Amino acid sequence: MSGGVSARSAAVPGSPVDPAAGATATPSRGRLVLRRFLRNKLAVAGLTVFVGLFVLAYVGPLLSPWSYTDQDVTAYLQPPSADHWFGTTQIGEDVFVRTMRGLQKSLVIGLLVGVISTTVATVVGTVAAYFGGWVDRALMWVVDLMLVLPALLVIAILSPSFTNWLIMIPLLAAFFWLIAARIVRGMTLSLREREYVQAARFSGVPPYKIIFRHIVPNMASILIIDVTVNIGQAVLAETGLSFLGFGVQPPDVSLGTLIADGTSSALTFPWLFMFAGLFLVIAVLSVNLVGDGLRDAFDPQSTSPRARRRWRRGGRPR
Amino acid sequence: MTETASNPAPTRDSQGPVLSVRNLVKHFPVRAGGLLRRQVGEVHAVCDVSFDIGSHETLGLVGESGCGKTTTARVLMHLEPATSGQVVYDGTDLTRLSRTAMQQLRRELQIVFQDPFASLDPRLPVNEIVAEPLRIHGLYGADGRDQVRELLRIVGLKPEHGNRFPHEFSGGQRQRIGVARALALRPTMLVLDEPVSALDVSIQAGVLNLLDELQEQFGLSYLFVSHDLSVVRHVADRIAVMYLGRIVETGRADDLFAAPAHPYTQALISAIPLPDPRKERARQRITITGDVPNPADPPSGCRFRTRCPKFAEQLTEGQRRRCIDEIPELVDRGQGHPAACHYAEGAALL
Repeated sequence: MSGGVSARSAAVPGSPVDPAAGATATPSRGRLVLRRFLRNKLAVAGLTVFVGLFVLAYVGPLLSPWSYTDQDVTAYLQPPSADHWFGTTQIGEDVFVRTMRGLQKSLVIGLLVGVISTTVATVVGTVAAYFGGWVDRALMWVVDLMLVLPALLVIAILSPSFTNWLIMIPLLAAFFWLIAARIVRGMTLSLREREYVQAARFSGVPPYKIIFRHIVPNMASILIIDVTVNIGQAVLAETGLSFLGFGVQPPDVSLGTLIADGTSSALTFPWLFMFAGLFLVIAVLSVNLVGDGLRDAFDPQSTSPRARRRWRRGGRPR
Repeated sequence: MTETASNPAPTRDSQGPVLSVRNLVKHFPVRAGGLLRRQVGEVHAVCDVSFDIGSHETLGLVGESGCGKTTTARVLMHLEPATSGQVVYDGTDLTRLSRTAMQQLRRELQIVFQDPFASLDPRLPVNEIVAEPLRIHGLYGADGRDQVRELLRIVGLKPEHGNRFPHEFSGGQRQRIGVARALALRPTMLVLDEPVSALDVSIQAGVLNLLDELQEQFGLSYLFVSHDLSVVRHVADRIAVMYLGRIVETGRADDLFAAPAHPYTQALISAIPLPDPRKERARQRITITGDVPNPADPPSGCRFRTRCPKFAEQLTEGQRRRCIDEIPELVDRGQGHPAACHYAEGAALL
């Protein structure tokens, strides 16, 4: 292995790949992670699709002549056509524009709830476990207290008093971080006794740096999985709430209300809910692919099954 | 590199000790499992330990598992608070220092941990691991990258391997990384907590020789904690033998091996395997029986008496009384070095 490296470094001066090799001789951790992420084709595809969905959700409606409240009185319950790309509803609304509108809501809610709740869980869990004592007891008391609250009921009671759909984000996030915080706390309890954390503590690294440099990266895989699961769950929770009439209020739409409206006629007029369902699946799938890629990129020891197969055939693992 | 004008080398009498430990005591509370978790006892991990380490000197701290040698090292390094006693480094008592004052002293006192697989963050490339102490102390300047490369070279690693992760190295190489991290701040003293006990014998020699060279090169003082007498004999100038939280015998390595005076030291030394099979068969073995007593409830008087072959076989009833009632002082009783045994006598075992 060492022979390979020295041979490579000896060969680079003057060769066409020299600038890149020289610049990355001692890359920072961020760049290493980025490089390893970009090497994962599936993850890059997932990221592309996810970004593409965002672009489509916001640009798509501009390309269509219809708005999500318009009613085309000449076309009731029409299947997809050149005029109405995804067909129309019972009262002549354009399904494409409504799906895009719903996608905007669901993506924003899902992404923000996933990221916010995992961030809160990470901070609360690590701080509680690292400092211990009364900090730990107070924070875990809050977590336990909130865990016994019926989340759905609380949101259902609170949400009608707000007109803005954005309020869904903090409301959902407030109930999504609890269990993750307990898991993070448990992992931190074991990580903080590791010798490398003690070595860092001994050389005088301040606590916040120990937490974010030595503890959080070592549970990155579980945090990333938590984000991706939370995104999917947040979209589904929002869907459920909207279905029950507590989430996004009409005339505004979300993927949840679209699916809820369309399910009754799923067999006879499939375009009413099929597209919304399809986008929901694509969105959650792409998030999961990105999550998988990030986890592999953060963990120097993890190799994806694909890479391992290549390794067995005689290539290098990453 | 780090010895700039703002950080002059500490002025110190080269003859005096770099670090003196005086009457160091560390007790761990034992709590009941119930709701109130009231304290039901104390584990006497370290009990009235005193020693000095001179400049350029290696003190070997030897003892079996659980005798308090690692706790001693950790209390020295402020990783655990001391129950009582003093740790004097360069005229300052470390046990009374505030966090910020300790921060400065940490540049001069560094530690190498036992397990090279646990002491390096698996998520950080080696460059970052070695650079961390420099960054924390604000010494990672424009030449930081070169400093790290130089440190890796000093400990016998290829600087090009700096962007690899710890799991890509062998145990011995990892321990070298741990040494490089400890050396980053150019300390005057290293605490080596069983630095080679997790390594294969073939690798141990390499790391020990490296430590030897570094001591020459940088004038380091070592506190070398180990359970392996043959390793300690190789590296240490002076040795302190610990049993159940107390130092039972201390002296120059040569003297201690030539004429161990405490029965426990004698037993340890007679257990070192000899390479010559004829000598090995002919030698007199001093064996100790039984287990280490519970450190939460140590025996009265001499702590070793429950397992002491001398106590069991050679002493009269009247002499035994003294072992039971009176804690033996660590003083020289005519063997040339101090031993904590009322009836110490030197014995040639090697």
